[in-house]
Amino acid sequence: MLRLEPRPEPSRVMFYLTPFLAIALTLIAGIVLFEALRKPPLEAMRLIFIEPLRSQRGLAELLVKGTPLILIAIGLAIGFRGGVWNIGAEGQFVIGALAGGGVALAVYPATGWWLLPLMSLAGIAGGAIWAAIPALLRTRFNANEILVSLMLVYVAVLLLSSLVHGALRDPDGLNFPESRLFQTSLPILIKGTRAHAGFLVALIAAGFSWLLLERHFLGFKIKVLGQAPRAARFGGFSDTRLIWFCFLFSGGCAGLAGLFEAAGPVGQLVPALPAGYGFTAIIVAFLGRLNPVGILFAGLLLALTYIGGETAQIAMSLPSATTAVFQGMFLFFLLAADVLVNYRLRSISKRSPAAAARAASRPPMRQAAPAHSLEP
Amino acid sequence: MTASLLELKGITKRFPGVLANDDVTLSIGAKEIHALLGENGAGKSTLVKIIYGVMRPDDGSMRLNGEDYLPHKPSEAREKCVGMVFQHFSLFEGLTVAENIQLGISAKLAGRGLRERIATVSTAYGLKLDPDRRVGSLSVGERQRVEIVRCLLQQPKLLIMDEPTSVLTPQEIEALFGTLRRLVSEGCSILYISHKLEEIRALCDRATILRGGKVVGDCDARQETARSLAEMMIGTTLLPPQREAAAIGPVRLKVAHLSLAREAQFGVDLEDVSLELRSGEILGIAGVAGNGQAELMEALIGERRAHTPSAITVDGTPVGTRGPSARRALGMCFVPEERLGHGAVPDMSLWENAMLTAKARMQLASFGFVSAPRAKSFAGKVVSDFGVRTRGVEHAATSLSGGNLQKFVMGREMLQAPAVLIAAQPTWGVDAGAAATIHKFLLSLAEAGTAILIVSQDLDELFAISTRIAVMAGGRLTPARPVDQLTTQQIGLDMGGHGGGRASPLSREPAHA
Repeated sequence: MLRLEPRPEPSRVMFYLTPFLAIALTLIAGIVLFEALRKPPLEAMRLIFIEPLRSQRGLAELLVKGTPLILIAIGLAIGFRGGVWNIGAEGQFVIGALAGGGVALAVYPATGWWLLPLMSLAGIAGGAIWAAIPALLRTRFNANEILVSLMLVYVAVLLLSSLVHGALRDPDGLNFPESRLFQTSLPILIKGTRAHAGFLVALIAAGFSWLLLERHFLGFKIKVLGQAPRAARFGGFSDTRLIWFCFLFSGGCAGLAGLFEAAGPVGQLVPALPAGYGFTAIIVAFLGRLNPVGILFAGLLLALTYIGGETAQIAMSLPSATTAVFQGMFLFFLLAADVLVNYRLRSISKRSPAAAARAASRPPMRQAAPAHSLEP
Repeated sequence: MTASLLELKGITKRFPGVLANDDVTLSIGAKEIHALLGENGAGKSTLVKIIYGVMRPDDGSMRLNGEDYLPHKPSEAREKCVGMVFQHFSLFEGLTVAENIQLGISAKLAGRGLRERIATVSTAYGLKLDPDRRVGSLSVGERQRVEIVRCLLQQPKLLIMDEPTSVLTPQEIEALFGTLRRLVSEGCSILYISHKLEEIRALCDRATILRGGKVVGDCDARQETARSLAEMMIGTTLLPPQREAAAIGPVRLKVAHLSLAREAQFGVDLEDVSLELRSGEILGIAGVAGNGQAELMEALIGERRAHTPSAITVDGTPVGTRGPSARRALGMCFVPEERLGHGAVPDMSLWENAMLTAKARMQLASFGFVSAPRAKSFAGKVVSDFGVRTRGVEHAATSLSGGNLQKFVMGREMLQAPAVLIAAQPTWGVDAGAAATIHKFLLSLAEAGTAILIVSQDLDELFAISTRIAVMAGGRLTPARPVDQLTTQQIGLDMGGHGGGRASPLSREPAHA
C-alpha cells in the first residue's frame, strides 16, 4: 500500500525546478504519444517547438499569442496568491473586447490619437465590471467564485455572439456576423508582422505586478490572505477589500488583453474572438509559479504550443487537439510534480515497522478520525 | 522499592536533525507513581510513544515484568496491560460514552456486558459517567473520565498519563489524584508526564527528569522542591520574577457590557463582560479552556466587532466597532492563543511575520512600500532579545519549534512598547528560562505604564505576575479581585461556575486534530 505523507521542509530549489521537470516530462509523453499515432515523434517535436523560432514571422507570432496569455496570467496570479480563484478570465477577456470595441464602433467613423487610449480604458473597465460580479457574490453571499466566474464565461461568449449577429453587425458586411473593422489599431512593433505594442504593455504589467507582490504592502496583504486567512484577519487586513482588488485587477488585465486582441491582430469583433486564452492563462500562471518573471517565460512557451501546434497540423496532418493535449500535459505534470515536492510516497507494509512508525509519527495527508487508540 | 515493572535500557530515537531520546534508561516499580519531567521538546512524548507502541526505538531494549517488551502498535501494548490517556482525547463527539468506549477497546472486551462493566469500573473509582450521554455534551473533565475508564476496563498494570491536568479545574485535579492513588493501591503503576512541579511533588513517588533527550536526574519527588526540580529540568539556576509594585495609573482599557453571540457551532456566547484595566496593572483571566476566552480574545483584537463602539474603550477612545488596525494605531498589541496560522503566517519568513502586526508602529513601510531592512532589523532584535533559536530571520515561521515561535510572537508585540497588551497563554510551550524572561519583560512593561491583560490556564503563572485575577466561566467574567485576596480554591470554584456565576461548567475542549 502506498500513501502520501507531507515532507517536513519542502525543497525551495525543487519549487523552481518543477516547471522544467514538467516541460521535460511533457516532451517525453509527447514523443510516446506521437509514436502511438505512428507519426515520426522527433520530427513532430521539431515542428512544434523549434520550427516557429527559426523565422522572424514565427517569433513575431510568439509575441502576438504571448501577449494575451501573459497579460491575463499576470492578473490571475495576483488573485491566486491571495486565494481568490478567478477562473473566468475568458469571459472578462470577451467583455473587455466588447466594451473597448464598442467605443470604437460608437464613435465611428471619428478617430484620432485619443481613440486607442479610450478603447483601452473601456476594455479594462469592461473586464473589471465582469469580474465584479463574482467579487460581489463572493463577498456578499459567500458564493463560490470558481463556479460563478466560470459560468459567466458562457454568458459573455453568447453576449458577444448575439451582438455581432445583431446590434454590432457591420451594416456593409453582407450579413456576415462581424462588426466593422475598427478605424484604428495597435501600433506594430516589428514591420511586416502582426507583433503589436500590446506586448510592451504586458511587460509593463509584469513589472508592475512584481513591484506590487514583492515590494508593496498591498502585495504582502494579498499573500497573507492566501496563505493564512486567519492571520490576515488578525493583521487587520480586510478580506473583502482584498478580494475586490484581486478580482478588479485580474478582470481589468483580462479585459485589456481582450481589447488588444480585437484592436490588434483581429481588427474587429468576431464571434470566434475568444480562443481559449483565458483558460490557457491559468496554466501559464501556475507554470510561471505565480511569479511575474516566470509568467513571462511560461506565456511565451504556451504561445509556442499554439503556433507549433498549427504548424504541425498543417505539415503532418495532426489533429487540431494537439495544442490542447500539450497544454493539458504541462499542467498535469506540473501539478503532479508539485504534489511530490510537498509530499513523499511511502510504501506501508506490515514487514516494515520502521516505516510504519515513521508514518505514525506524522499525520497522513487526510485523517478522518484520531488514529492512535482506535487501531484494531 | 520492589521488583520493577517496566525497565528501559539505552532507548535511543533519532529524527532528522534531532536526537529525541539519547540512551534513556529508567525503571518504574510496581505500585509506583513515576513522574516524567522535562521541558517541551525534552523527549517525553517520544519516550512514552515508544512505550505505548506508537513508535519504535532505534536502539535499546525494554522489559516488562522481566520479559522482553517491544510493542509494534498500541493494541499490542494494550494486550500487555499498558494503557495510555493522551493529552488530546480521541473521542467522537456524536457518539455516546458507551459507544466511544466500545470503539477503543479490543473486540473481546467490547462484547456482552460492557455497559455493566463500565458502570462497575466508574463507581469503583469514583469516575461518575452516564454511558448513554453523548460525548459532545460532556465537559473536558468528564471526557477525560471516559478515556480513563476505557483504559481501566483493560485492567492495566501500567497507566501512562500525558499532561492530564492541563484542562482541569483544581477540584477536578484533586478528584483525579484520588482516582490515581486508588489505582496504585490496587497494584497499578502510573507513568505521569507533566511540567507542573507542584503537582508532581504532591502525587508522585519518583521522578525522572529529561533534558535534550537525556536523563539528567532521577530522584525522590517528595524530597525535592519545585525550584530544585525546575533547575534540574532547565539545567541552570532560576530566579523567581521580582514583582515591584508598579504605579497604578488611569484606566487604559475598558470593556463595558460586551455581549456577543457565538459564531462557531461549539463556541460560547459572551454574556455581559465588563472589565477595567489600568496603566501599570496586569489583569489575569483564568478559566478552563473553551469557556469564552477565545471569543473574548477575538472581540478584544477586533476580529469580531462589538455591537456598540463604547463596548470597548482604549484611553477614552471607543473602538468597539473598529478593526484590528485602528486598535493597533491606538497602541494595542495582541498575542492570540494559536501561533501558527493566526499569530504568524507559517510559510512566511520571520521578518515578513514581523510586518504582520508591527508595520505601522515600527514604521516598517513607507508610502506603502515595504522596507525590508527595517523589518529585518526589527525581527532580528526580537530574535536576539528573546533568545529565539533560529538560523536567521529569513527562515519561515514554521521552521521554528512551538516554544521558539512563541518567544518570537510575544517578543514582536512586547517590543512595540504597547499602551495595552493583550496576550493569551504568554508562555505556552516555552522553557522555564524563556518564561522567566517573558515574565520579567511583562513586569517591566507594566512598570513603564502599559496595561496588560493575560488570558491563561496556568494558575501558577497568573498568581506569579498578575495584580488582579478574574475568572471566565460559561462566557461570563467574574469581577476581578486582587491576587493577595484570592486562593486557588476560590478560583477553582469560579472556574467550575459555582462562584455565583452559571451553574453548569460549559467547558469544551479546544478543537484539535
